[in-house]
Amino acid sequence: MDKTILAAENLCKNFGGVTAIVEVSFELKEGELLGVIGPNGSGKTTLVNLLTGFVKPDLGRVIYRGSEITGKAPYRIAELGIVRTFQMVKPFYQLPAFKNLVIPLYSPRVKKLRGGGYGDRDDVAIDLLEDVGFERDSFVPYKIASSLPHGYLKRLELARCLALRPDLLILDELFSGMSMSEVASTLPIIERLNSEGLSIIMVEHRLKELFRIANRVMVLNFGAKIADGSPRDVMENDAVKAAYLGSEEEEDA
Amino acid sequence: MKYRKERLDRGIKARCEDIFALSSYREILYLAFPRVLPVAVLLILPLLKDVVGLYWEKVLMISCIIALLALSWDLMASVGLISLGQALFFGAGAYITGFLNHAFKLPPILTIPLGTLAGALFCTLLLSPVLRLRGVYFAIVTLTLPLLLARFIETTKILGGTEGMSGLSPLPDIWIEMYVPVLALLLCLFGFRRLINEDYGLVLQGIRDNDRAVMSGAINIYWFKAQAVFLAGLAGSFAGAFMTHYNQVVGMAAFAMDYSILPLTAAVLGGVGSFAGPTIGAFILVPLSEMLRAVGTLRVVFYSAILIICVVGLPEGVFHYIRRKYHQFERMVEVG
Ligand SMILES: Nc1ncnc2c1ncn2[C@@H]1O[C@H](COP(=O)(O)OP(=O)(O)O)[C@@H](O)[C@H]1O
Ligand SMILES: [Mg+2]
Repeated sequence: MDKTILAAENLCKNFGGVTAIVEVSFELKEGELLGVIGPNGSGKTTLVNLLTGFVKPDLGRVIYRGSEITGKAPYRIAELGIVRTFQMVKPFYQLPAFKNLVIPLYSPRVKKLRGGGYGDRDDVAIDLLEDVGFERDSFVPYKIASSLPHGYLKRLELARCLALRPDLLILDELFSGMSMSEVASTLPIIERLNSEGLSIIMVEHRLKELFRIANRVMVLNFGAKIADGSPRDVMENDAVKAAYLGSEEEEDA
Repeated sequence: MKYRKERLDRGIKARCEDIFALSSYREILYLAFPRVLPVAVLLILPLLKDVVGLYWEKVLMISCIIALLALSWDLMASVGLISLGQALFFGAGAYITGFLNHAFKLPPILTIPLGTLAGALFCTLLLSPVLRLRGVYFAIVTLTLPLLLARFIETTKILGGTEGMSGLSPLPDIWIEMYVPVLALLLCLFGFRRLINEDYGLVLQGIRDNDRAVMSGAINIYWFKAQAVFLAGLAGSFAGAFMTHYNQVVGMAAFAMDYSILPLTAAVLGGVGSFAGPTIGAFILVPLSEMLRAVGTLRVVFYSAILIICVVGLPEGVFHYIRRKYHQFERMVEVG
């Protein structure tokens, strides 16, 4: 558990005049579950985009297993095993849920890891969906994606990532928009994946659930890292309290 | 008493979406009929050349050529590339074929396949830098490329300049003239339909609907777009390659706007995204335009009016409308 799987060094990103990420550095150990929290607009999604190649940093480097991946195309980074969910789900709405997974299953990465051809992929896809709680007995995996409730679409995002057999999973607010019971049933899946050795970065607004399963929590505010430590330390950190209080006051105003 | 129209799916449809659990010859016929009938008509029409007349056989041939271009347009649309320049494919295939025949005296049996392949490859390379562009930006590039190539040929006077290359080898006989386009069209139509229904086709459509999700699925979307352009290029360049030998001449007209606009109109008229639709569209458009020759100068007015009425009346396209009608029956039910 001591080997570093991912390291970010001094990442910076501006959008026009808006500073989204300032000098963020961190390391992730193999098998670790790192929580990332912060008020709205603090740069969490931008950080995910920087790590996965969807946004190029102005400055700084991302090192994955010893080699630099900064600025690589998103598909190359995914091919290396860093796979992310999108905060805003956008599935292939007119396809049945399981057919959504056929697309990642078609990738060269999966071909290499798993093999399999036409038809075969359907079976793998349905198994994957069953793993994230799509009830096979009531034919949920076969339903058209546009007919599924939001909570299912969130889990479809998760399954889409798992289809690639990730080495590092990055979840961008997976729980937002899920019902309490959906969160309760998804949480054990993430715990299980982590206990099987999968490294996970989890951006989350549901602090209670996150603090229960995270090994470590990093806090962003206005794009800067203001705390990084065990869930307990972070919870008692004054800067964090101020950031969250501050943002709540803004929301009230 | 009020009545309301009720539409019901025919019982068989629910059962035959994916699994073929057919219980009778009637059902097999019901499913096969819409596929077999057009194929049969296309294959039989050339045999009736003495009844139909050579003029209408030529209309059939042109319809096939425009249909090929429309299929090529539809394949690109299915990966999200909206093209306004099918003439690029047509012209590239036409010129390369003409050049091979003119310069090296290769016979049509070699120049047409070579022209098709090389044309598709040339267009794919030409378009590969702009595959990142989306929507109207990509469309504008495709619109200007054929014009640009035509001007290039005109000013540099290569490939025959404004005169073009004439005196090219004719096609061996009339049966080849009639059947090659028909067979190419059928091959392309069923080939593309098959392709789009495979997992490969899902990836293409995924790129159209949500390219970020496909990228994060470890798939190189530009590679897949390039493949789609190449396949579309084969269909389009073949059309050009064939016409070069049919006309025994190739000139700047091969890059004409008609070859961009007609396929696009055919696809919209027939129904985008089904391959059958654009084919039907071409087989309405080309003969219609010929029939309207009788009206003389008002032709364009009639032609445009009919098109507008069709597109407004059937925005989903002719094919989707017919398919819906075929698979549903209507009855009047009382309400209130
Ligand atoms: N593509 C973009 N273009 C311009 N500004 C952006 C873009 N993405 C994010 N931002 C800005 O960067 C800041 C951080 O946003 P984001 O990373 O989405 O925050 P979070 O996920 O923590 O809510 C916000 O001010 C947002 O408006
Ligand atoms: Mg966010």
